[in-house]
Amino acid sequence: MGEYIVPLILAVTAVAALHRRENAYDVLTDGARDGFKMLKTIAPSLVMLLSAVGMLRSSGALEALSVLLSPVLKALGIPAETVLLMLVRPISGSAALAIGAELITAHGPDSLVGRTAAVMLGSTETTFYTISVYFGAWGITKTRYAVPAALIADLVGFLAASWSVTLFYQ
Amino acid sequence: MFLSWFWICAMLCAAFFAFLTNTGAAAAAALLEGAGNAVELSVAMAGPLALWAGLGRLMDRVGLTAGLAKLLSPVLGRLFPSSREDGVLAKHLSANVTANLLGLGNAATPMGIRAAGRLRDPGDPGRATDQLCRLVVMNTASIQLLPTTVAAVRQSAGCPDPFDILPCVWVSSILSVSAGLLAAKLLGRVWRG
Repeated sequence: MGEYIVPLILAVTAVAALHRRENAYDVLTDGARDGFKMLKTIAPSLVMLLSAVGMLRSSGALEALSVLLSPVLKALGIPAETVLLMLVRPISGSAALAIGAELITAHGPDSLVGRTAAVMLGSTETTFYTISVYFGAWGITKTRYAVPAALIADLVGFLAASWSVTLFYQ
Repeated sequence: MFLSWFWICAMLCAAFFAFLTNTGAAAAAALLEGAGNAVELSVAMAGPLALWAGLGRLMDRVGLTAGLAKLLSPVLGRLFPSSREDGVLAKHLSANVTANLLGLGNAATPMGIRAAGRLRDPGDPGRATDQLCRLVVMNTASIQLLPTTVAAVRQSAGCPDPFDILPCVWVSSILSVSAGLLAAKLLGRVWRG
């Protein structure tokens, strides 16, 4: 079923564009220009972050961190290799993308670790950034339980990513 | 600021461990290799990212967002009771959620911020209301239908079917958003202040 989702969405979009007599091509290229702009902003930070993560891995620091936390993570069913990704994910989107991309390349996109990292990235957001944007925009200082609730959502997302990948692919 | 700290800590940790395990040469090589990988990844991602940004904009323009908004309006009315009386709020909320679903982050945030403004407590504007907390929690949990950036990364790593993680992403997103909203509901009852 999965392989038909993308063609189906595109077919619905094409039919809707025909129905609305929309100038589809101009809209598409305008959007693509935005995509390149986004890439232009994240590429420099990817250079700095991917080289830093590469150095962390080859020096053995990354492995030490995952060995240190692996008893806890193993009990929860989370691959220990994803520990840095989970720590950084709520704080920085570009750092999480760099760490996730490094994991996906190093372990292979269809490996357990590579898939789990991809699902973690795809099913969570940069929590602290979002909170600061929304509350900062209106000068809200009493944020009450928003931060703990959002972090619970992240934690459940990480657990569900690990469990669903193990369940669906192993 | 976080990225500065992250980079400094990474360098110090890597240098310390390289010294400890005598892998200085390998670590230095990995630094350069990582920079090269980043450019390779950016080039490989450029096409898919531009493609999906274009498709996302077209989906929005031809009314797919409006259709999704109609489907979601009963759910949103329940989560945000104020939107039943406030038509402008309802419009901003559904635009925020549907833009998130289509992965149009740049369009979602301004709409969400406008909705947040209308969910403030007029008596105490510096304090987050329950509905405002709910909106923020919903936006900190990803609810994207097609995780296009991740798919681009997987494709650049040689994956034959980059979207085959969709069922896992959807299950995880739904569980994560539900857990966040449930936590907000329970915490809202006991939170002082």
